[in-house]
Amino acid sequence: MKRNLLFLSKNLLKMALLLLCVSMVAFFLVSVSPINPLQANVGQTALGSMSPEQIQKLEEYWGVGQPPVERYLAWAGDVLRGDMGTSLIYRQSVASVIGQRLQNSLWLLVIAWALSGTIGFFLGAVAGANRGGIWDRLIKSYSLITASTPAFWLALLLLLFFSVWLKVLPIGLSVPIGMEASAVTLLDRVRHAILPALTLAITGVSSVALHTREKMIDVMESDYALFARARGDSNWRILRRHGLRNVLLPALTLQFASVGEIIGGSVLIEQVFSYPGLGQAAVAAGLGGDVPLLMGVTLVCAGLVFLGNLAANLLYGVVDPRMKGRESP
Amino acid sequence: MKKRSRRKAALSLLILSLCLLLAVTLAGVLLRDAAMETDFARKNLPPSLRYPFGTDWMGRDLFVRTLCGLSMSIQIGIITASVSAVIAFLLGSAAALLGRGADAAVSWLIDLMMGIPHILLLILVSFACGKGFWGVVIGVTLSHWMSLSRVIRGEVLQLRESGYVQVAQKLGMGRGYILRRHMVPHLFPQFMVGLVLLFPHAILHEASVTFLGFGLSPEQPAIGVILSEGMKYLIMGQWWLAVFPGLALVLVVLLFDLVGSTLRKLLDPASIHE
Repeated sequence: MKRNLLFLSKNLLKMALLLLCVSMVAFFLVSVSPINPLQANVGQTALGSMSPEQIQKLEEYWGVGQPPVERYLAWAGDVLRGDMGTSLIYRQSVASVIGQRLQNSLWLLVIAWALSGTIGFFLGAVAGANRGGIWDRLIKSYSLITASTPAFWLALLLLLFFSVWLKVLPIGLSVPIGMEASAVTLLDRVRHAILPALTLAITGVSSVALHTREKMIDVMESDYALFARARGDSNWRILRRHGLRNVLLPALTLQFASVGEIIGGSVLIEQVFSYPGLGQAAVAAGLGGDVPLLMGVTLVCAGLVFLGNLAANLLYGVVDPRMKGRESP
Repeated sequence: MKKRSRRKAALSLLILSLCLLLAVTLAGVLLRDAAMETDFARKNLPPSLRYPFGTDWMGRDLFVRTLCGLSMSIQIGIITASVSAVIAFLLGSAAALLGRGADAAVSWLIDLMMGIPHILLLILVSFACGKGFWGVVIGVTLSHWMSLSRVIRGEVLQLRESGYVQVAQKLGMGRGYILRRHMVPHLFPQFMVGLVLLFPHAILHEASVTFLGFGLSPEQPAIGVILSEGMKYLIMGQWWLAVFPGLALVLVVLLFDLVGSTLRKLLDPASIHE
């Protein structure tokens, strides 16, 4: 018990330190940017027609001209106190923008994550158990092709097929256009989330599938699988008794560790579907020079990724006693 | 005889793919002016024999634009994958050879870089560089060395413990000699395969970040630009604007994957019997 706690606190500490470093790196990157937020948002012509006092006021608003270290310390202090600043393009507090966006994104991410994990595991197991067979070859080609397909292009294709040709699913956004928030039903939301979630799930399958396939091949070639076969066990029985049990853990770990990829994919896909999620906010913040929002989104995304990694580490520690108290490999 | 012919077949496949990629790259460079050419007499044409990929709303030939975009992607891929692979090699061998401190530092750096989702890191770096060409190149370079550097680290660690390196050390051979005679011949193929397999990722990420509006500037006929512009016209039924350029990109990525895996098979000593 004590060792478990030690393991957990060590991991948590490492996570907090990494998060701190991520925030420094991200802040460094946004502060060396030559993009002038005034020009990006107000426009050159409008700037030309303004008086110096007006420009100075705007510069104050967008934080132009302050030294970066000072700004970082002020920002970090505020974040620790729970204040992430005010988003400059949405004119709301960053926390509330992120809160709204995260709500929209989170269930998209969770559905896609769970779907791609389950389907990928199943496909990988089937492929590994029938190595060299027709299913193996089909699944391998499928994984290779989806891994080589840009997520946003797949999103465009699905959009073209289901929304433009068949007209069965909406073209974008997370709720119907021009409808009052109270009138939006759960069905509307689901209909708008189907395509983005599907795209994310399709592209997320390949890495789990290929990984599971490798592990499954290892298991099927092991001595205990050979012994089971000699005993007269059927292929299915070996798969169920020896294969799945040994393969499930690495697959689950990999799936937790791949949270970052799903988030990365969602940035692109939300852009295609104009889905008002976290990824779209990141793109809007980057294009519009909204430094507080960009920093906030980066921090939240990094936090999600580290939580995924932590879950993967803990899972290993809990299920595999050899890993306890040891550094993760 | 059949066994030898399999390696030969792999070799010819490799050469064929490389020639194809080279042809696309050269064609794109030569057709650069044609890709910018607008002609409103031929706008919004669906695919035909004359314009295999159709034309867009400004009457630009989409086939030529796609070739040009692929060519740019491949060139950016060459720069970023090479630099990234060199970084991976240096950091990976440093982690393996320079003691525990260096190892911990490199693994910390990897954790840190992996903590920010790729696309977000690309957005940040591109933002830091003021968008444009260098933003993409630096971003893609900085975000792709991690997994290869882990592989190199593992390889070097394993090599250092291997019997022949230990024997060479005991025989009093210098570090340089061991590096040259034992390490490099073993690591070089790994490095080359790793480099080639970085290509697909680099190209996909370049296209993605350009698609989002952070990469190459909108006047350039890059695949990401073509697709993000074409997106606005999809609803009007101009499906060819999105389908063909994306398909061509997927084919190029698959081709690089093929080159990488064929190269790996050819360089693997165990496959000499195949």
